[in-house]
Amino acid sequence: MRIRTLIDVPPKARAGEVITIRATISHPMETGYRRDSDGILLARDIIRTFSCQFGDKAFFRSDLFPALSANPYLAFHYRARVSGELTFIWSGDRGFEHRERVALIVE
Amino acid sequence: MNADQDCGLTGSAGSAGSACPAGKRAHLPEAAQGPRRALVGALLVWPMRSWAVRALALGGLMSSAASGFATTASATAGSTKPGSTTATRADSPAASYNEAILRFTGGTRPRSGKVKLDVAVLIDNGNTVPVSVSVDHPMTDDDHVEAIAIFSERNPQHEVLRVDLSPDNGRAGVASRIRLATSQKLMAVARLSDGSCWSHEMEVIVTLAACIEGEP
Repeated sequence: MRIRTLIDVPPKARAGEVITIRATISHPMETGYRRDSDGILLARDIIRTFSCQFGDKAFFRSDLFPALSANPYLAFHYRARVSGELTFIWSGDRGFEHRERVALIVE
Repeated sequence: MNADQDCGLTGSAGSAGSACPAGKRAHLPEAAQGPRRALVGALLVWPMRSWAVRALALGGLMSSAASGFATTASATAGSTKPGSTTATRADSPAASYNEAILRFTGGTRPRSGKVKLDVAVLIDNGNTVPVSVSVDHPMTDDDHVEAIAIFSERNPQHEVLRVDLSPDNGRAGVASRIRLATSQKLMAVARLSDGSCWSHEMEVIVTLAACIEGEP
């Protein structure tokens, strides 16, 4: 299944402005606490970590637990100083790993 | 200040937000119909039974640890270092709500204040509950919020979300969408660079619980 992400970064930021970044990824976030129609526990399949970095420097890291809703959504802040590239990294169970890159334009 | 901090975070990220709850909601009534009704009924009882057992166990644990926080503190203080490797956090859930909080704070009970947990008091659908946390504290190199975590009193796992922040964030806050298994307390805790911990606890009522649908 193709992984879809939705990342919202303001198109332009002023130097020193605190921007809000929002990121969502398509993922079932199967909790590991539910049972199928035969009463068998469904194996956990979640995204465990998400981080966002500017250039090589991670400024936001998070641990996700089964209580995060499917298609996990996170919003957080960043103080924009110079233009560059934001990298979004999700990783989780069953070797899940996904990266997205978004340009940040500061004027 | 708090209201100002919230405003950027409480909105959802466009259409992706509605994708999940719609799918789940559509599924529920279907499961309750037809010849599978008895089976589904039986399945619904299953998680509820284990919940009851869990609740009893939790109750016993809390009462045996008479002054809850004080006793568990010594047991958990050194067990989890802040900033240690993240990969296994989801794999070692805390045994109780209090233990989960103390693991995060490093053994001290958080003081209430500074933190604002924003969540609806009355929740229709426990599968996607918008929450946001903001901390009224500067984000400078010397003095900033290091981490924020959300804990749930009565979900199967008490940890919900944990974020590590840095001065580059500019403002301390995070928003997300979470699952709630039942009516319960929620606590947001912030750990500052000086080591102090602050919290905000809320009690919420959940009408449709997450986790108890029988089938995926």
